[in-house]
Amino acid sequence: MRVNLTVNGERRRADDVWEGESLLYVLRERLGLPGSKNACEQGECGSCTVYLDDVPACACLVAAGQAEGREVRTVEGLADGDALDPVQQSFVDAGAVQCGFCTPGLVVAAHDLLRREPDPSDEEIREALAGNLCRCTGYEKILDAVHSAAGAR
Amino acid sequence: MTRSIERVAAVGTAPERVDGRAKVAGKAPYAYEHPVERPAYAHPIQATIAAGRVRGIDTARALAVDGVHTVLTPDNAPPLRRGQDAELEILQAPDVAFRGQIIGCVVADTPEAARHAADLVAVDYERRDHDVTLASDRPDLYRPGEVSHEADTEDGDVDAALAGAAARVEAEYRTARNHNNPLEPHTTVAVWDADGLTLYDSTQGVHSLRSAVAEVFDLDESRIRVLAPYVGGGFGSKGTAHAHVVLAALAAKRMSGRPVKLALTRQQTFTLAGYRTPTVQRVALGADTDGRIDALAVDVVEQTSRVKAFAEQTALPSRTMYAAPHRRTTHRMAALDVPVTSWMRAPGVCPGMFGPEVAMDELAERCGLDPIELRLRNEPDRDPETGKPYSTRNLAECLRGGARRFGWDARPAAPRQTRQGEWWIGTGVASSTYPVHHAPGSAARIERRADGRYHVGVGAVDIGTGAWTVLGQIAADALGVDREDVVVTVGDTALPFASVAGGSSGTTNWGSAIVAAAHGFRARFGDDDPPAGSEHTESAPENPDTERFAMHAFGAQFAEVHVSADTGEIRVPRLLGVFAAGRIVNPRLARSQFLGGMTMGLSMALHEEGVMDERLGMVVNHDLAEYHVATNADVPSVEAEWIDEHDPHVNPMGTKGIGEIGIVGTAAAVANAAYHATGVRVRELPVTADRFLTA
Repeated sequence: MRVNLTVNGERRRADDVWEGESLLYVLRERLGLPGSKNACEQGECGSCTVYLDDVPACACLVAAGQAEGREVRTVEGLADGDALDPVQQSFVDAGAVQCGFCTPGLVVAAHDLLRREPDPSDEEIREALAGNLCRCTGYEKILDAVHSAAGAR
Repeated sequence: MTRSIERVAAVGTAPERVDGRAKVAGKAPYAYEHPVERPAYAHPIQATIAAGRVRGIDTARALAVDGVHTVLTPDNAPPLRRGQDAELEILQAPDVAFRGQIIGCVVADTPEAARHAADLVAVDYERRDHDVTLASDRPDLYRPGEVSHEADTEDGDVDAALAGAAARVEAEYRTARNHNNPLEPHTTVAVWDADGLTLYDSTQGVHSLRSAVAEVFDLDESRIRVLAPYVGGGFGSKGTAHAHVVLAALAAKRMSGRPVKLALTRQQTFTLAGYRTPTVQRVALGADTDGRIDALAVDVVEQTSRVKAFAEQTALPSRTMYAAPHRRTTHRMAALDVPVTSWMRAPGVCPGMFGPEVAMDELAERCGLDPIELRLRNEPDRDPETGKPYSTRNLAECLRGGARRFGWDARPAAPRQTRQGEWWIGTGVASSTYPVHHAPGSAARIERRADGRYHVGVGAVDIGTGAWTVLGQIAADALGVDREDVVVTVGDTALPFASVAGGSSGTTNWGSAIVAAAHGFRARFGDDDPPAGSEHTESAPENPDTERFAMHAFGAQFAEVHVSADTGEIRVPRLLGVFAAGRIVNPRLARSQFLGGMTMGLSMALHEEGVMDERLGMVVNHDLAEYHVATNADVPSVEAEWIDEHDPHVNPMGTKGIGEIGIVGTAAAVANAAYHATGVRVRELPVTADRFLTA
C-alpha cells in the first residue's frame, strides 16, 4: 500500500508498504529518519516516541496505515536547523545523555511535557517520563535536564 | 612509576560530551543506521527445544514467501573454522545445546518478510531431556580451570578458625540471573564484497570483534573492517562477539556483495547476547569479640552453558576486601542446557559483593558493632590476596565521609525501630570495590592537520561512557594544547589497535596510549606546533607498577529503604555512593556513570530476575514488559560523590575506572537497609515484597 503523511513539516510518501509495518519502520527504513529508535517493539521503552498529530506516541505501536494523512514530528524535527531545541540543549548540558539510545524518545516526551506544563514538579516529570526507560544515566540528570529546559523556555 | 601527564588543565574540567549534540538531534548513526545500498534483512531461526538435535528442516514454505532470497540451515551454511569458540561456530552441526540457539536464518528484502518466513520453517527435532536447574548440591559440579584468576584459594585453616570464633555467620546467599539489556539491541550490518568484509556493529571492541570474526571465517584480519562510532550501551553484552554477528556475516557472504542488516529483537537478546549467571554463595565469617575477622570463606556455585564454559569470578572481591588470616574461596560450576553466560557490568565482582556484604552486616550485629565500624576494624594494610601494598586504598574515607553525608549517626542500632504510617524505615551500608584492569597493546595516532588541530585516532569504542570526550581532554593535556585544538576519532579498526571497552579499563588503556603517543609526538616534533602532516603513532608502554601494587577502586554505598507493613512493598527513597576511584577526568560525565551504575544496582536489588521455566528451558519474562528494569519513579534520590584521590601508580592519568564500581555493593546496601527497617533478613535477590510477608 501507499502511505502519505507529513513528517517534520514535509509531505512524504512511502510506497509498497506492507500492511503489518509500523510507523517506526516506515520512518527509519523508508523515509531515512533513524532518530526514533527501535529498542523493544512493544511500547515498553519509549525510545521511538514521536508526535502523531501533536500527541506523543510510541511509533512502534502505530501501524503505518494509521499514519495516513496525519502529521508526524520526530526528534529530527525539533531543532531549528543547527539550533537545538532548549530541551535538547538541556539534555546535553545536564549530562543526561550517555549511550543516547533512549535519548530521542525522552527528548520528545520531555518536549511534550513542557508544552503542557511549563514548570513541572519532580513528580510530574517522573509521571510524564514513566514510559521511557534509560539504562545508563539513572534518571537523575534527566530530571535536571527537564527542570533546566523549563527554566530556559 | 609511570610517566604522568605534566599539565592538568583539561583533565578535571567538565566539558559537554562531544557526541551529545548528534545524539539529542537523532543524528548519531548507530550500527543499524549506517546507510547501505539496497540492503537485505536477516532474521534468525531459533531452536524451540533446549536439548537434542535437528533431524530435518523444511524450508519450502519460507522460500515461497515473496521477497525471500535464501534460508541458511546447518545443511547448507558456508563452512566455518571450528574448534575455537563454539558459541560462534553456528550452523555447522545439527546439535541443539539451548533453547533459542540459532539453527538457521532467513534473508529477505524486508525484515518483515524475513521474520514471517522464519516462522514458516518447519523443524523436526530429536529431543533429549534437558537440564536447566542450578542447585548447590548437584553431583556434577566441577571446578573451572580458572575464573580469570585461580578458581580456588586457601590460606591457613578456615574450618578450625571458624570453629573457634567468638562470633560467626554462616549462610547461603543467592543472586538472580540478570540480563544486560542495553537500550540498543544487538545489531550488525554486514557487507561482504570484493574488498572483504565490512561490519557496522554494536560492539564494545572493534578490534576484538574483528579478531573473533577473522578466526571463525579463517580470514586475514586485513580483510575485515569493523566500525562502531555510536553504540547504545553494552554493559558487557557487546564485549565479546556473539553468534548473530557471525550469522550476519554468513548471510552477507551468501548474498555476494549485497549488504545484510540483522537486528536482534529484544526477546532474542535474552538468549543470544549473554547474561549474568545466577549464583549461590555460601559465606562464612568468624570473628573475635572485637569484630576482627579471623576466618573468611566464600564458596560459589554458578552455571555455564554446555556450548562454551564461562566462569563468573564471583569470589574475587572477597580476596581483597578484608583482612583475615584464615581464608578460602572456591568456584564450582554446573554445565547446563542454557544460553551462554557472559559478561555483565562488573562481572563476578557485582554478584560477589552481595553475599559477603550482607554477611558483614550480620556479623556486625553478632558482634554488637556498627556495620561501618566492623568494616573499619578489618581494613587490611596490604592486599590480603597478594601481600602487595595498595597503590591507594581509601575505603575507610568513603565509609566515614559517606556516613557524615548520609546522616548515619542518627540511626538506631537495632532493626525494626522506625515506623511512619504503614512504612517501616531503615538504612543500610555496604562496601564497593572494583579492580584496576590493564590490557596491553593499545596504541594511538596523533596527526597535526591543515586545520591547525591535532587529530587523535584510537580504535576505542564509546558505548555511552564518555570515553570519546575524556580522551580528548587527556590528549589536550598530554600535548599541552587547548581541548578545542584536539579532535578525537574512535570506533574503527582502521584506527590504531585498542582494547575492548570493558572492565572499566578504557581510560586506563586508551588514555595511556594517547599520553605515550603525545609524548612521542612532542619528542619528535618539538613543543611548538609542527607543520601539517606531522604524525606519530605509539603504543602504551607496560606499567611496571602493576607488578608492585594491588590496584583497586573502592566505595561505600548507603541506602534508605521503606517497607510497607501491609503489603511488603519496598521503596528506596535515597541512595548515596561515595567512591575513591582515582582522578576524575570529567565530573559531569563521571557523575552520570556512578549514578547509572548505582541505579542498575538498585534495579538488581529490587527487580531484575530472568525467570527460568524449567519445563521449557527458557526465560519466560524475556522482554522489557516482564523483565523489569528500574524506571524513573523507582529512583527518588540518588547521589554520587567521590573523594579527591591521587594515585601515581595506576596509569599516567591517575584514573582507576568508573564504569562498574557504581553497581557493586548497591544491592547489599538495599538488603541491609531492608533488614534494618523490618528485622527480616533477605539473603536472596531480588528483594521482593513476598519476602516480608512474615514480618
